[in-house]
Amino acid sequence: MLQINNLVVQIEDKRILNGLNLTVNKGEVAAIMGPNGSGKSTLSYVIAGREDYEVLDGEILLDGQNLLEMEPDQRAAAGVFLAFQYPLEIPGVATMTFLKASLNAQRKARGEAELSTPDFIKRVNAAAAKLEIQKDMLKRALNVGFSGGEKKRMEILQMALLEPTFCILDETDSGLDIDALRIVSEGVNTLREAGRGFLVITHYQRLLNYIVPDTVHVMASGRIVKSGGKELALELEANGYADYRQSDAA
Amino acid sequence: MADIAMIKTAAETGLANLFAITKSLLPGDAAHREDAFRRFSERGLPHRRIEEWKYTDLRALLRDAAPFAGKPTEADIAAAEALDGPLTAIDSIEAVIVNGHLVRAPAALPPGVEIVPLREALGSGHPLLARMGAVGHAHDNAAYALNAAFMSDGAVIRIAAGTHVERPIHLRFLNTGATPFATATRVLVHVEVGASVTLLETHAGPGGVGYQPNGVVEMVVDDHAKVAHMRLNAEGSDALALSTLTARLGAKVAFDSFNLVAGTQVSRHQVYLAFAGEGSNAGIRGATMINGTQHADTTLVIDHAAPGCTSRELFKTVVDGQATGVFQGKIIVHSRAQKTDGRMMSAAVLLSEEGTMNNKPELEIFADDVQCAHGATCGQLDEDLLFYLRSRGLPLKEAEALLLESFLAEPIGEGIVHEDIAAALTGVIDGWLRARG
Repeated sequence: MLQINNLVVQIEDKRILNGLNLTVNKGEVAAIMGPNGSGKSTLSYVIAGREDYEVLDGEILLDGQNLLEMEPDQRAAAGVFLAFQYPLEIPGVATMTFLKASLNAQRKARGEAELSTPDFIKRVNAAAAKLEIQKDMLKRALNVGFSGGEKKRMEILQMALLEPTFCILDETDSGLDIDALRIVSEGVNTLREAGRGFLVITHYQRLLNYIVPDTVHVMASGRIVKSGGKELALELEANGYADYRQSDAA
Repeated sequence: MADIAMIKTAAETGLANLFAITKSLLPGDAAHREDAFRRFSERGLPHRRIEEWKYTDLRALLRDAAPFAGKPTEADIAAAEALDGPLTAIDSIEAVIVNGHLVRAPAALPPGVEIVPLREALGSGHPLLARMGAVGHAHDNAAYALNAAFMSDGAVIRIAAGTHVERPIHLRFLNTGATPFATATRVLVHVEVGASVTLLETHAGPGGVGYQPNGVVEMVVDDHAKVAHMRLNAEGSDALALSTLTARLGAKVAFDSFNLVAGTQVSRHQVYLAFAGEGSNAGIRGATMINGTQHADTTLVIDHAAPGCTSRELFKTVVDGQATGVFQGKIIVHSRAQKTDGRMMSAAVLLSEEGTMNNKPELEIFADDVQCAHGATCGQLDEDLLFYLRSRGLPLKEAEALLLESFLAEPIGEGIVHEDIAAALTGVIDGWLRARG
């Protein structure tokens, strides 16, 4: 489903990704672990289409479509969803308004009819209930005054509502207490299905106790340096990243 | 050193000629008009070396003085009334002013409300005319003085003590014509003790015609009265529109004024507000959307002459194309105006490389126990917010529109309690954003 070939990316003349290769299959949950500065967040932004990065080489294919030739909103309509590490606060835009605008923009881009308001509200309420999101939160400005845990749950709510085919979770566990971690993980797990792929980016093995990955990849200095099954995460937890840090500097 | 006489511009000469021809035809006290025109002509059209007009060089912008529009024909009135504004749907007490002439007064007025055509009031020497010019700061202002010299019609409105006027009073200033013309309208509103009223203004006119409206609304608001004022500038694409609001507030007054600029080649909206009694609250807010080579100026003078008053000013400007926005806000706190609380904010978003925003906040504080603050920001839409919205599927223009709408809606949300009016004005903002494509 997602295939990244020899991806080379820089920002302001600083090379961040150095010929990264990665394949995530349909229905697979792939975890990426790695030390700070290894390029994990850059990878998530480049897949989602953030403009600050300069792609020097390589390709990112989603079901054969070259994402690098698409605008961020086109990528979203094609099925890409990035759950942000730091979800943004948007003063003055009610959460409901934002959710409806997003969903209908994607449907429009795919040539589907816009959802009626009652249908939309039904879907939002169902997704919100699963994630223990209070209804009054949906009336407030998006993420404004939300706690860290509420913001992350709101990201998962968006994911559930937009039904993407490929989900990227960028350090979704950061800033979460145990209860919030459980709620968020359950939200993700209910979305696991045969047609959907996940890329779970994390520093810590802890999240992977809740969202059990099919594959684990270790990233260092802008490329995948080791891949394995879920046991690789436990190995990293025990030994740390020392073996991989600066392994191929210069 | 000898006085150096400035050479008159074509527009200044034109205005002098127009005044010589029309002054005997205009109603009311000729001496007042003579005095007003003298105040104007002593200094002529203001230019960029006059601090108050630093960013709006009227001498350069007003090339020719257009002739004042005559009394409209039935066909003119029909054409003008076809200009359907978003506030027309609001159930209101409506007066229609076409090309500077009041052509339709409200059919029936609720008890306690008096509306007299200005032309009639000037002719008969209406006692309320003595309340004109209640805010001294406006007196020598060029736009105000020109209006005082040339005012042809408008309305004198009195809201009797204790009257709560349920429906808004809507003044529709409509313009029509195929060649440039000028208008000078004056509205004087006296809101007596404990009365409350909502006043709407719509200003609209033809596109592609360089007409020159210069309107003044003066309000005298007595103790414990309440005024909500909403103004929509939807003048035609080539108009040069000058407008002045003066308000003199008594004690314990609640006063809110909102101005939406959604058109017009050149506009300058001036607000002169004077707190004359203790414990009053005023909110002066506005939203401006400009593109192409449009120029929109908002200039405020908030005069805290009495203690314990609160003023809130919030202005939002969106600048696209090569347009120029101007915000000048001055808060004066007199030495006796202790416990003044004044806060002023102007925020602008520039959508293009060539757009300009000039922000000039000024505080003159002569009292020691006051809270005053001002802020001015000018920037682009936040790239991170745009990316976040786009990553959820919103195309760039839609993402921009969502952020701009929330940016522009803040002054509406803060000041306007009448939901239908707020919705109608928000609709104007949406329309402008959609027209961006």
